[in-house]
Amino acid sequence: MAEKSWITDIPELDRGTLLTIRKTLDGAYRDFSREYGDSIEAFFDPLLNFLIWFEKLLLDSPWWVVLGVIAGLAYAASRSVKLTIGVAISLTVVGYFGMWDDTMRTMSIITVCTLLAIVVGIPVGIAMARSNRIQATVTPMLDIMQTMPAFVYLIPVVMLLGIGRIPGVIAVVIYAIPPVIRLTNLGIRLVDKEVLEAATAYGANGRQRLIGVQLPLAMPTIMAGINQTIMMALAMVVIASMIGVKGLGQPVLKSITNQYFTIGLLNGLAIVVLAIIFDRVSQAYGKRTQAHLGGGHE
Amino acid sequence: MSDTLIQVKDLYKVFGEKPDTVMPLVKQGKSKDDILAETGHTVGLKEINLEIKRGEIFVIMGLSGSGKSTLIRHFNRLIEPTAGEIIVEGTDVMKLGKTELEQFRRHKMSMVFQRFGLMPHYTVIENVSYGLKIQGVEKGERHQKAREWLETVGLKGYEEQYPSQLSGGQQQRVGLARALCTDAEILLMDEAFSALDPLIRSEMQDQLIELQQKLHKTIIFITHDLDEALRLGDRIAILKDGLLVQQGEPEEILLHPADDYVEAFVKDVNRARALTVETVMKEPAYRITAETIGEALKQMKAGPHDYGYVVSNDGEFQGVATQEWLEEESASGHADYTWEQADMDEVSTISSDAVLETVIPETLESDHPVPVVDEEGHLQGELSRSSLAEVLVDPNAEVETPKS
Repeated sequence: MAEKSWITDIPELDRGTLLTIRKTLDGAYRDFSREYGDSIEAFFDPLLNFLIWFEKLLLDSPWWVVLGVIAGLAYAASRSVKLTIGVAISLTVVGYFGMWDDTMRTMSIITVCTLLAIVVGIPVGIAMARSNRIQATVTPMLDIMQTMPAFVYLIPVVMLLGIGRIPGVIAVVIYAIPPVIRLTNLGIRLVDKEVLEAATAYGANGRQRLIGVQLPLAMPTIMAGINQTIMMALAMVVIASMIGVKGLGQPVLKSITNQYFTIGLLNGLAIVVLAIIFDRVSQAYGKRTQAHLGGGHE
Repeated sequence: MSDTLIQVKDLYKVFGEKPDTVMPLVKQGKSKDDILAETGHTVGLKEINLEIKRGEIFVIMGLSGSGKSTLIRHFNRLIEPTAGEIIVEGTDVMKLGKTELEQFRRHKMSMVFQRFGLMPHYTVIENVSYGLKIQGVEKGERHQKAREWLETVGLKGYEEQYPSQLSGGQQQRVGLARALCTDAEILLMDEAFSALDPLIRSEMQDQLIELQQKLHKTIIFITHDLDEALRLGDRIAILKDGLLVQQGEPEEILLHPADDYVEAFVKDVNRARALTVETVMKEPAYRITAETIGEALKQMKAGPHDYGYVVSNDGEFQGVATQEWLEEESASGHADYTWEQADMDEVSTISSDAVLETVIPETLESDHPVPVVDEEGHLQGELSRSSLAEVLVDPNAEVETPKS
């Protein structure tokens, strides 16, 4: 059978057309990045400056000051001595194995990414909770962001902004932001209808309802979202190292190409340590501040 | 002076996508089921007309699905009506703009919810002062006021607790204090006591009645419990499938149910607790008008009665004289004694607005019908064992309603 039949093979665009489509899209995007790349880069400059400043702060301060501050923050958030000591010891061990600088770089980028995700994600989540139409529009976008292989959206980001920290941050934020948006939306929608009704009945306006009732009551759910976001950002750091994000991801990448098993393992474990610290501290904070929400007698 | 505070005029509520298109059908009088089948719209309320007077407890009662919770949410427009007006002191609530509505909710009405509706992240005192906080009252002042109301509802010392640390009854007291704290004239209570166990519920009812005697709020109270409705309500409206089937005073509903639906409700009511003496007492059988014991005996022998009520010239009740006692007194030579001189036995009297339940012992113990007196001590009627038994035992017993 020389002739192709649509019964045996799926109908395909002919190569010429496909090529044209690709060329057109790529060309258009290239033109777009040439035209606007600089101004977009300029737009992100303040963020870059902050990132560099924060990274330098972590790297240039004496290690014990940084360790002390982190332990102090952990204690302030969790009020648990055990957790605080655990955090201090595990960070010391990570430093002892020669990964202090990379860990600090990763920590700075994670912190910035998380803050950015919160600042962008919570308002989007609030907007979703307020309007079914916005929810219907944003949800498929979030689905795409979460399922699209991360490498794919590294490409346009790199084309637009080149290699470096900012494209890394953007890629990480795109990858990690869906949970905080989703769970902000969910949390607000799950707020007890009667409590909200009570606020309305006493004459609360939209802003008073949001700040006084909806956000505080949605906080446990939002905290879970932030927690998820942090974890996903940590996972993305390794992939982002492919576009020049320094930190624990780069040694991992290097050990993949060179088959350095131990270096890969150690750096991987350092990421795990960071993940556990962020996770436990943020959860302990959430639990402590929301203790009276749980219901039941104490 | 007509003292109507709230007026509901031709209120309709249709739930669904395009309620306006269904309204003509509703007005034609098509049944709820037909409309649901034809258009997919649910008729929530239909042709509601109510007048609520200042200072009364107006109870709206019905079973679940009767539209009572929908109705109460129209008063402060938590639910928007499809058609109709709600007029509070000359203002149509339905025509208020957004900010006006917020102001109206802040100052005119407050609400108590079935599942309390407390803010779980606020302490008790913050909850109570919530309405004032929304109004922008400064913290010290609003907490001061909240503390006073907490004391009134008996929760002094719980200020810094969180709602989850309190029992259901205590939580609803917080809800009540929150509602009172804004000094709103109108109180909406949506099945406020339904989630509480019977003992606490009856305690809360007592407290509400007690508070009402001091505060004279206008209370709209929703319940599915007729006993509660009869106990609290100055007037009661009964709602069935979004329609008002009857409204009136408790006795009227109890003794003259408008249709089978109301009658089915009324059947299981504890009449002893719901009816007052006034509604079942009879005219006093015999008043003794004679001046002395001897004359009284003579009169009594002539008539059919063997007892009578002694009443002074200005109508004040003096005591009961039985024929037996009169004979004894005459025999011991007291025939020309006047009532002041005679040593009559103390007789217990009952008050005309007492609840039947409370007078059962007196009525049963007494050999003759118990005299009923009003606040000034004037004789109003008598309550016999048999008329009491009749009302309590047979729900269909004919009872004369006093035309007062």
